[in-house]
Amino acid sequence: MELTKDILLDLHRRMVRIRHFEDEAGKLSESGQMPGALHLYVGEEAVAAGVMVHLTDEDQITSTHRGHGHLVAKGGDFKQMYAELYGRSTGYNKGKGGSMHIANVDAGMLGANGIVAAGPPIAVGAGFSNKYRGTKNVAIPFFGDGATNEGSFHEAANMAAVWKLPVVFVCENNGYGEFTPQAEHQAIKDITDRAAGYGMPGIQADGMDAIAVWEAAGEAIERARNGEGPTLLECKTYRYYDHVGRSGIGLEYRSDEELDEYRKEDPIPKLEKHLIDNNVLTADEIQAVHDGILAEIAEAIEFAENSPLPDPSTVTEDVYYTG
Amino acid sequence: MTAEATTEARQLPYILAITEGVRQSLQEYDTSFLAGEDVGLAGSVFRIYKGLYAEFGPERVIDSPISEAGLIGLGVGAGATGLRPMIDIMFSDFIGECMDEIANQLAKTRYMFGGKTTLPVTVLTMGGGGINLAAQHSQSLEAWLCHIPGLKVMMPATPHDVKGAIIAANRDENPVFVIMNKASLGITGEVPEEPYAVNIGEAIVRREGSNFTIVAIGRMMHEAMTAAEILEKDGIDVEVIDPLTLQPLDTETILTSVRKTHRALVVHEAVRFGGIGAEIAAQIQENAFDDLDAPVGRIGAPFSPVPFSPPLEQAYLPNAQKIADGVKDLIGLD
Repeated sequence: MELTKDILLDLHRRMVRIRHFEDEAGKLSESGQMPGALHLYVGEEAVAAGVMVHLTDEDQITSTHRGHGHLVAKGGDFKQMYAELYGRSTGYNKGKGGSMHIANVDAGMLGANGIVAAGPPIAVGAGFSNKYRGTKNVAIPFFGDGATNEGSFHEAANMAAVWKLPVVFVCENNGYGEFTPQAEHQAIKDITDRAAGYGMPGIQADGMDAIAVWEAAGEAIERARNGEGPTLLECKTYRYYDHVGRSGIGLEYRSDEELDEYRKEDPIPKLEKHLIDNNVLTADEIQAVHDGILAEIAEAIEFAENSPLPDPSTVTEDVYYTG
Repeated sequence: MTAEATTEARQLPYILAITEGVRQSLQEYDTSFLAGEDVGLAGSVFRIYKGLYAEFGPERVIDSPISEAGLIGLGVGAGATGLRPMIDIMFSDFIGECMDEIANQLAKTRYMFGGKTTLPVTVLTMGGGGINLAAQHSQSLEAWLCHIPGLKVMMPATPHDVKGAIIAANRDENPVFVIMNKASLGITGEVPEEPYAVNIGEAIVRREGSNFTIVAIGRMMHEAMTAAEILEKDGIDVEVIDPLTLQPLDTETILTSVRKTHRALVVHEAVRFGGIGAEIAAQIQENAFDDLDAPVGRIGAPFSPVPFSPPLEQAYLPNAQKIADGVKDLIGLD
């Protein structure tokens, strides 16, 4: 596994795509232009990017309520994503899912999910399917520290381990279950402590460092593809915005100092410094990446805003497959 | 024609009709597998899958950990990625362990995704009381499932229908619950040898009659047939309808019957309050009010958990005599 220039550029591009997608979505939500609630992924981009660089459309992921970043990193199309967040019929889910259920099954993205820890059992099903069908594909559930307190996480982890399924459990430990600090919701600091209980390896990566995540995920994904079973990969990361929206519900549950500390660890400038130091990109070229993505986003938002709303007569369509 | 007549005459108990339905489903699709607690080596605690592990091997008849949420998740993930899972939840009482995966994932995924996936998942589970298994292994919870858009729910009463329901469910592109009945495992009936599917969403008129309709769900169909014989002696000519599928419900067959007989009683083993009988009664009254000569009656279990002790359980469960008495009450006979 060699960290090539192409991989570095890919990691950078995926992270910048997420960052700008989320920033713009957050603004549109705050201004009331976008309905519903958004859980923004800003700060955690290194995790989605570092994992997704290893995957193809035939590999599956399950996501969380904080799911836009995962879909962007898995190749999500901005137009269909914004259209879905706007509840338009041109969205990925035809406006029936919204932020918390956004999905693109064709690319192996089995949905954001409004239920904490609902994804891991589904990813186990996808991993089982990969093995049953004789493929080398992997299934990756993303989930938070809080999700590891749910019974369904436990059932999924045990099942994947006992059946040696090609699943990599990626925990995005951002230190909070909604607003509750980790120390108050579990008696462990390292989610990897739980891995031994399932008989699977537990490895950690700095979730604020895309290269570190890329390395750790690569190792775990290779094990899975080789039929050596699941891994629990914990990425310690941080959520720059609040649990919901950019500013949340106005709770003071974490300090500005803490946020500032993690801002210094921002994975995007960190990788950009690496790119410049190693002569991969110049500052101007980096700026051009940002500008190109922002232009694409502006176009996608325009597309979404000009897209038709779903016809109310379609409300009961798609409940069942009818042929 | 002769060959067909021969196969149609074959008698099989409900338990073996289940086995055959699953066997033929596994034969029909390489993408189908059966997973559940002790479904493999043990052939299930009910022995309904006996022989399938030896026949299809551990890759396709899979003993799982005791993890119901994991099992339904397995169905969702495998179903969304090209397989056609058959998931066994040993007792229907255990759906509490996996209700999120059922209600929020299995049922809703297709809709939430804008119709961009199918989930051809069959959930096989055993419901009902009558064999002294007490409050956590005897319930009839079909109403929970029928209330969730996205699921289909079947309660086959006969050997013929349980086999046909399993095959129909496995062929369907939607999640289908087949709630089998543990007190019916020994019931014998005609079961054709070849694979066949019953029509999901199509009720069956079990007995034609002219002046009273009993809609009887699951095992209660047999009790209603006995009740009809009792009532015949009093000159009441009962039509018995077995909905077979509760979601989607074949309202039309029920209404056609009621428009003919002008009276109806709905019977189920589930607790009466909030049971599916309430829905059926409401639909009859909404759609056939002018045809009714009496309120639509409902018979179900009293509002208590299923008791253990045999006399308590017998007092709890509806039966033919209670049904016959209920009909007479509605007609105004003593």
